[in-house]
Amino acid sequence: MTTQERATANLLVEMQGISKYFGRVIALQDISMRVGAGEVMCLLGDNGAGKSTLIKTLSGVHQPDEGKMLVDGEEVRFTSPRDALDRGIATVFQDLAMIPLMGISRNFFLGREPTKAFGPLKVYDAAFADRVTREQMHKMGIDIRDPSQPVGTLSGGERQSVAIARAVYFGAKVLILDEPTSALGVKQAAVVLRYIAQTRDQGLGVIFITHNVHHAYPIGDRFTILKRGRSYGTFEKNEVTREEVASMMAGGEEIENLSSELAEFEREDAEQAKREGRTPDGSSSHDLAESFREETEQVHEEEERGPGPRS
Amino acid sequence: MATAAGVPRDERVRKGGLMSKLLNRPELGAVAGAVLVFVFFAIVAGDRGFLTSTGTISYLEVSAQLGILAIPVAMLMIAGEFDLSVGSMVAAAGILIAIPIAEFGWPLWAALLLAFAVSLVVGFLNGYLVITTGLPSFIVTLASLFILRGATIGFTRLITGRTQVGGLRTDTEGSFFGAIFAGEVAGIPASIFWWLGLAALGTYILLRTTFGNWIFGTGGSPVAARNVGVPVDRVKIILFMATAASATLLAAVTVLDAGSADVLRGELREFQAIIASVIGGVLLTGGYGSVIGPVFGALIFGMVSQGIFFTGVNTDWFQVFLGTMLLIAVVVNNFIRQRAARSR
Repeated sequence: MTTQERATANLLVEMQGISKYFGRVIALQDISMRVGAGEVMCLLGDNGAGKSTLIKTLSGVHQPDEGKMLVDGEEVRFTSPRDALDRGIATVFQDLAMIPLMGISRNFFLGREPTKAFGPLKVYDAAFADRVTREQMHKMGIDIRDPSQPVGTLSGGERQSVAIARAVYFGAKVLILDEPTSALGVKQAAVVLRYIAQTRDQGLGVIFITHNVHHAYPIGDRFTILKRGRSYGTFEKNEVTREEVASMMAGGEEIENLSSELAEFEREDAEQAKREGRTPDGSSSHDLAESFREETEQVHEEEERGPGPRS
Repeated sequence: MATAAGVPRDERVRKGGLMSKLLNRPELGAVAGAVLVFVFFAIVAGDRGFLTSTGTISYLEVSAQLGILAIPVAMLMIAGEFDLSVGSMVAAAGILIAIPIAEFGWPLWAALLLAFAVSLVVGFLNGYLVITTGLPSFIVTLASLFILRGATIGFTRLITGRTQVGGLRTDTEGSFFGAIFAGEVAGIPASIFWWLGLAALGTYILLRTTFGNWIFGTGGSPVAARNVGVPVDRVKIILFMATAASATLLAAVTVLDAGSADVLRGELREFQAIIASVIGGVLLTGGYGSVIGPVFGALIFGMVSQGIFFTGVNTDWFQVFLGTMLLIAVVVNNFIRQRAARSR
């Protein structure tokens, strides 16, 4: 079965011709996209392309001015994030997923606290919350040292993972991740990408928003590219290469101009170095690319071995 | 900490010493401070009546009168907001209890009902204004501090021609509500029971209810809390109503105890309540704290203000001590919070 067929068979969410205006500003114009069960849809675009507006529309923060949204083939209209949550669409916002000074398990259950009867009263069931939090995090391969420790003590990647685990636990069918890797280092980003893969394998549809092609390409099944509020097109993975996606995101000509400019800089540097009698050393960007490649390979190995405690 | 069934205990959990565990409790500083202050006055003023039952009750009563206010004020601070209008609310509520009884012959229960109803409306308006304007609650409630105080003085003078309403004792003595708010059990004034009762209630709400979790979430990050469905605005408004209601409770206690109301009562109470909260480990920026901490913060306040009296030192020095304590508390809080948020 191809990705396309699978997606149409298990279509979870579809947006058709969505437009959104803020006063005279056209934030989104005629955007369509869809995500099915067990697939990762990457929403790519540069800053200001309209990624956040689109996601806020899908998660119920904004209401679209035109177009319609379908969940499980049924037309829906969300008036609040709660509506979207009730239909199984959970959003993990980049910096605003967790409350740093609160404990992990209290964060995990914030807004949906478990209670138990205590005489005539209902009390917060801390033991249950702690147990479930540890179990769910264990499934993702993270051992929580102490469920009551503040979330602020976790690393950025772990924090994103708690938010993802929470969404999955509370029955999300579609998980929207708003730039989950952008604030993270190479290693942490790789960890989060692995959790996205795990989530997909559990049969959820994932909408992964990013402006980083290197994070999107290895994991995405389909890529929708936004540019200045419009859709630049949706591409299946087998239709495009990583370089083509990157080039479309940035706008083909611009990126070509940029690379010729960069080549010019490089040439000048080399000339200057020659004049000063040194040999040109490896640039730092080269080192970075190299380290990322090593990192990714390591992650793949770990994936093959199956989830286990992080080192 | 309970180890979950099926999930093996993580070997990386270091068996932390008692000290490191205590350092992660927001109320630690206040408990330690209270012990120090007690020991100090027990040594310095122990033979001058500080340790007698009369001395103990006198400082507990002072602590209770502040503690009744400080508990909801601390909970509001944990939710990320200030209420500077509580001191003025104490005077306004006191006058609202006294004038209907003294001037219009209302029964006590009706006057109490009026005072509580008005305070809940004031609390609601405070919260509603903070939320709709988006202004810092510090400014909004600073405005209500002056409006309430001014209106209390203005109306009282307009109706009675004076700034004090007295002679309530004959109306309230021996009544059911008189006993509840200003009675005594075994020589212990009712206010101390109210204080301890509120402490238990507040701790229960904060740590054992869904609403308590919402308070922490609201103060820790309003946007994140809203994203997961916490009704942040409702939480704040309810807490503003709670602080105003606690001011009315304190007004009922003082009016029925003294048999009179004064338009200047409760002055500086708003700051003392915040100081007790901060000494009790509540973070000024919200999202972190406890109810037990402010209970001990109020206890320190009571012990020092009465202890100084017992030592015979001029009580003018009390404010110097209070300011210094506040400064130390803020520095210690910062340190504790950094430990809690990072180094475990």
